[in-house]
Amino acid sequence: MRLTLGPVLFNWQPETWRDFYFRIADEAPVDSVVVGEVVCSKRAPFLAGHMPAVIERLVAGGKEVVLGSLVLVSLPRERRQMAELAEADGFLTEIEDLSCLAPYAGRPHAIGPFINVYNEATAAFLAGRGANRICLPPELPLGSIRTIAQSLPDTTIEVFAFGKVPLAISARCYHARIHKLTKDNCRFVCGQDPDGLPVRTLDGAGFLLINGVQTLSDTCANLAGDVDALRSAGVRALRLSPQTCDMVAVAKLFREVLDGRREGEDAVRALASVYPQTAFANGFLYGSPGAQFVRSMTLRSQ
Amino acid sequence: MPLSNSTISKVPPLLAMAMRPLPLLPLQPPLALLLDSVRRRHPGIFERLGAHAGKRFGLRPTDLPFAFVLEPRLVRPRVLAVRHLPADLDVRVSGPLAGLVGLVSGELDGDALFFSRDLHVEGDIEALLALRNAIDDAQIDLVGEALSGLGPFKIPAERFVQNWLRPAAWN
Amino acid sequence: MELICPAGTPAALRVAVEAGADAVYCGFRDETNARNFPGLNFSREELRTAIAFAHSRKVKVLVAVNTFARAGALEIWHRAIDDAVDAGADALILADLGLLDYAARRHSGQRLHLSVQAAAANADAIRFYVETFGVRRVVLPRVLSITEIAAVIRDVACETEVFVFGGLCVMAEGRCSLSSYATGQSPNMQGVCSPASHVKYQESDGRLVSRLGDFTINVFGKDEAAAYPTLCKGRFSTTFGTGYTFEEPVSLDAATMLPGLRAAGVTALKIEGRQRSRAYIEGVVRAFRRTLTALDAGEPVERADLSAMTEGQTTTVGAYRKTWR
Repeated sequence: MRLTLGPVLFNWQPETWRDFYFRIADEAPVDSVVVGEVVCSKRAPFLAGHMPAVIERLVAGGKEVVLGSLVLVSLPRERRQMAELAEADGFLTEIEDLSCLAPYAGRPHAIGPFINVYNEATAAFLAGRGANRICLPPELPLGSIRTIAQSLPDTTIEVFAFGKVPLAISARCYHARIHKLTKDNCRFVCGQDPDGLPVRTLDGAGFLLINGVQTLSDTCANLAGDVDALRSAGVRALRLSPQTCDMVAVAKLFREVLDGRREGEDAVRALASVYPQTAFANGFLYGSPGAQFVRSMTLRSQ
Repeated sequence: MPLSNSTISKVPPLLAMAMRPLPLLPLQPPLALLLDSVRRRHPGIFERLGAHAGKRFGLRPTDLPFAFVLEPRLVRPRVLAVRHLPADLDVRVSGPLAGLVGLVSGELDGDALFFSRDLHVEGDIEALLALRNAIDDAQIDLVGEALSGLGPFKIPAERFVQNWLRPAAWN
Repeated sequence: MELICPAGTPAALRVAVEAGADAVYCGFRDETNARNFPGLNFSREELRTAIAFAHSRKVKVLVAVNTFARAGALEIWHRAIDDAVDAGADALILADLGLLDYAARRHSGQRLHLSVQAAAANADAIRFYVETFGVRRVVLPRVLSITEIAAVIRDVACETEVFVFGGLCVMAEGRCSLSSYATGQSPNMQGVCSPASHVKYQESDGRLVSRLGDFTINVFGKDEAAAYPTLCKGRFSTTFGTGYTFEEPVSLDAATMLPGLRAAGVTALKIEGRQRSRAYIEGVVRAFRRTLTALDAGEPVERADLSAMTEGQTTTVGAYRKTWR
């Protein structure tokens, strides 16, 4: 199985962002890396200056570089950016919004987890137009993943395996709203929360995270203990989504599990010390509430 | 959040107090008749209720000194008048009689009554929604059907309905 | 502009027709549509009867098959499409690429509408659906301002339908997994958001606590208007305080926006609320019919006070005004 590092979803300082990818390029045992600002088009200019160096370093590190589109494209400026992206040669694009799809007809591209692929018919439709890799929506249960993967043996089916789970995208910026700013004059306050702004229930339970226009889970997806189930379902790649914890360590632990050098359960425990004070979850995979952590051992015996 | 804007009229406390010593037993035959007539005329209700037909619903008019337990089963459905709702119900709904009747007759919107805090609900909300949707589709003339089962009490009951269950706020 | 009205039951459909709907939309009683609520929706037989009734009054019926088909169970969704076509539906409202593909191939003459659940928020996305599947109308997501709607309409070769009243998604529709995160059931998969099966209300001393699954969604003080525990309209806390982090429990009421929507070139106006009662449908449809009649006659548009019908008992014009963002 392959490992893909998803795009950084949060608003990191440009230098932090660049250095993160430099280290990934040099040290992380991942096969593909999706780069680019996918959440908010207003953040993109800050990263643009570092992009060529990041791509160069990743390629030198033997990684396949994939360029991510925006998740929600609405402004004319955003549509122009996406049209330019479609003209960029040499790199695979990962489509995160269907509005970007048309220009890729008949040429290889990847489909990201923000596209609604819930069944084999949709997956086959996209594969027929050139998608050779599909990262499925995080809320999909194992049964659906299996059906899709087995009906499309020539398409790499990928599953969101680590990171805070993107749950929703909106036209409204919640960071701006909380700071009582308008979206157009947001002062990039989302940059204050490089791992998301926690949203708790009134009785103090962790619930969600805000990342500008995006809402994520407070729990961190962790499917390290479910690798056997995913592999036998026909999944060919796992996605790790960047958090502020040591992502090189995360990638190494997943790599060890994929290579059979470490038990999944053991990796789950080890990940808890790499990303402390974080609750893990894998409920989506088993049709349970996504916030829950279902022990994979008990499931295997079912 | 704005304050709720309740417009539902209530049975006056004096009248409710006057009803308190009345025995509940005489209510049973007209209630049974009412339910039987609803069951015959609106069989679609049970299909809509699906698995929720086996559940027990407590309905408590907050302005009356008694309550009802509804068991909307396809075979031998029951409605019982009780002084106090038992503990082992699946769902409890309480609110002014006019609100509960308006809900069943389709003249009032249940969600709106809940939003305005006129209606209080507890328990199996899915079962309650199923019941609400099934009843809303059936278009039951609850008052008409109830009155027809009252025999000699029809005239005073009609007067009660005119006064307390058809407030201007409904228009 | 056409008035498109919801119906969760045959009785509600008749009420909508009587109250002045140009078209009514509804769905089958299963997971194939996005209002898969207990006791709601239509059997095959009920749909046939309802369509015959609506057609006799020159009212159209649009059938929503707008969830995303479950892998390995496509036939359930295919049957819903086939049966809706068979029953004489004037249009199918679809969101899933695989189902659009199926419907376009299998029923080539059938009018297809793109559901709001497909979240086609710009001209490129809409053009893709129009060119690939022959979609004739797109229901625009509730994220666009009127200026943006006008720009989209100039750019695309299909009709547009916009929401003017009812529940308001804060997130891009069809791209939200908040509900399954808390309950395991989502609009996209099971056709339910914040399902009643996972709702708990606890009331003591006038204080009402609403919970969804394991999470407290809101606490209402005595006499404070209540709301259903829809995840994105709950009260939460952050380091910046406690409040409605995403959106207040308000409903959309765009009655005052109708002149602007007409000028923008919108084809149809949609009222949300298949899960609501006949009383709601009657009140809201009648009010909008009156407003449209006034608009057509060149009379000033008066906004009916429908706030009592709405969640939180307050309304907003939502994203139609850009400051909402």
